[in-house]
Amino acid sequence: MSQTRKITYREALKEAIREALTENDKVFLMGEDVGRYGGAFAVSKGLLEEFSEERIMDVPLSESGFVGAGIGAAMAGLKPIVEVMTVNFGLLAMDQVVNNAATMLHMSGGQINVPVVIRMSCGIGKQLAAQHSHSWEPYYAHVPGLRVISIGTHEDARGVLQAALQSPDPVVIFEYTSMLNMEGELPEETIKVDIESAKIRREGTDISIITYGAAVNKCMEAAEELKVEGIEAEVLDLRVLRPLDEAAFLASVSRTHRALIVEDAWRSVSVSSEVSARITEKAFYELDVPVKRVCGAEVPIPYPLHLEDASVPQKKDIVEVVKKMIRP
Amino acid sequence: MKMQSKNTERGQQLLYQILLIRRFEEKAAEEYTKTKIRGFLHLYIGEEAVATGVIQALKDEDNILATYREHGHALVRGMDPGVIMAEMYGKQEGCSKGRGGSMHLFDKSKNFFGGNAIVGAHLPMAVGMALAAKKLKQKKITCCFFGEGAAAEGEFHEAMNLASLWQVPVLFVCENNLYAMGTALRYTHAMQELAKKGPSYKMASSTVDGMDLEAVMEASEKAVKKIRTTGKPYLLVCNTYRFRAHSMFDAELYRDKKEVDEWKKKDPIPRFRDSLLKQKLITQKKVDALEERVEEDVKKAIEFAETGTFEPVENLTKYVYSENQYQ
Repeated sequence: MSQTRKITYREALKEAIREALTENDKVFLMGEDVGRYGGAFAVSKGLLEEFSEERIMDVPLSESGFVGAGIGAAMAGLKPIVEVMTVNFGLLAMDQVVNNAATMLHMSGGQINVPVVIRMSCGIGKQLAAQHSHSWEPYYAHVPGLRVISIGTHEDARGVLQAALQSPDPVVIFEYTSMLNMEGELPEETIKVDIESAKIRREGTDISIITYGAAVNKCMEAAEELKVEGIEAEVLDLRVLRPLDEAAFLASVSRTHRALIVEDAWRSVSVSSEVSARITEKAFYELDVPVKRVCGAEVPIPYPLHLEDASVPQKKDIVEVVKKMIRP
Repeated sequence: MKMQSKNTERGQQLLYQILLIRRFEEKAAEEYTKTKIRGFLHLYIGEEAVATGVIQALKDEDNILATYREHGHALVRGMDPGVIMAEMYGKQEGCSKGRGGSMHLFDKSKNFFGGNAIVGAHLPMAVGMALAAKKLKQKKITCCFFGEGAAAEGEFHEAMNLASLWQVPVLFVCENNLYAMGTALRYTHAMQELAKKGPSYKMASSTVDGMDLEAVMEASEKAVKKIRTTGKPYLLVCNTYRFRAHSMFDAELYRDKKEVDEWKKKDPIPRFRDSLLKQKLITQKKVDALEERVEEDVKKAIEFAETGTFEPVENLTKYVYSENQYQ
């Protein structure tokens, strides 16, 4: 067994950024409040002092402007990490992401790459109400040309950025505010992850729970509870929401013959609807029971805690549905 | 007249370029009616002095970003007319392998970055490219063309602020043709003296008669010099006019024919030609020869496009992602 260490999700993200800045002169971080303030969620705290104003750039509140500038800088030979404070403001730059970053390579007949990395914090929780509680990964996952990554574990918090910076294509990374203070174990040695494949976080034989993002942890906890009842659930973290690692979830379902998809995002036209459709199209005869989904309720997220909790999948919802699927 | 300080050859080259844009586009419009070209086709006819005058002031290593009305810019930058026409035909011999069409001409080897068709959205990219040049300690400047319609977009204001705040070398060229598609300047801008938008971002700016090639050359050279010496951005407003419809779909119900005719009297091409003749920098015989050469080159461009090939459908999803993911 190799040595492990305890680290928070926030610290893992910061280590990844620090490493990228240290290893490659062409990398710089730009975003609202990333420098002097230390990052809205303290992810980049201390990096301005450690590096310089040129490498850690505070920008005005101009999402479309600075995301577009990040795209231009990437086209011109740099490796920008553009932080959009939260996904809630991300739509102000959506045109840049969809119409510029995602189209440039194709529209130019393969001539012009846009190796930009865009990080956004995301998720529902902390009673932030309708305009500050969003799980909008599906919007981005809809767009050909983007690589869309969802960071649901400490391993990915530490490892994804490095792989994303090596990609010649635009990468959108979702981080989860609710996980920032969460502690996890990481190996002492350098982590290598790829940004092309899904990953089994827990092996199981009775059902495949397919998920991503902040829901990964809830699914892992649900799986532990189910174990007590004698149910072995496999938890598959999709990680890459575009292009989907279809082979990974089809293989898992073909082993367990049951599929539950869990996500915080609104149910309709979501990542889970796509995964469900593909399972039905390509592994229908492997299924013992119909595919089920536990998703976000289709409501703008309300402020009171009990209503907010009721808006996103909870451990008990996952456990209940799994039990019904296995022992109807 | 500035041209006096230039040599005869230079004047002739410029006349060739501005004529080439006109004849190339007239031919393109013809091919459009024959359905050889489809989609949107935005003609630059009437505005040619702007691209010709500004781009001649740049160096080859400087970046250019233009709008969806960019055939002229691509031609002046030195892209092959045949390759541009093939692009408009949707042929794989086109500059963007036929994937882009008229609105998306790209040539990375010539630092020509489109062909951008979301109005105003390429301004932030231009700022980013200039930021990269600054960070990489390259001497190049980034020239960004856009219309006065784009100057009403939020991205114009964001880009102006960022460029000035970061002090990056961008030449913003506002091609003010007085109409944002079919809506006149007076209905779209509270402040119609567009160059005044520069100082509000602490940015140097000026206005020039965009129908006068020599004036555009002089103003651009001045602006470029200022950018190269200060490293700061500059806003150049070129007042111009589009003689043709906005696109091939436009019935032009929003302006009088009389107004168009008035502007046609300011046509930049005869104006420049006559100026060269008057300065004895060219002879009528040479003008005729240039006309012939342009006709010939446009003919060759059509031939090249005609003999081009369509990409096989099997290639449909190519260029969505790079083949090699880790570089």
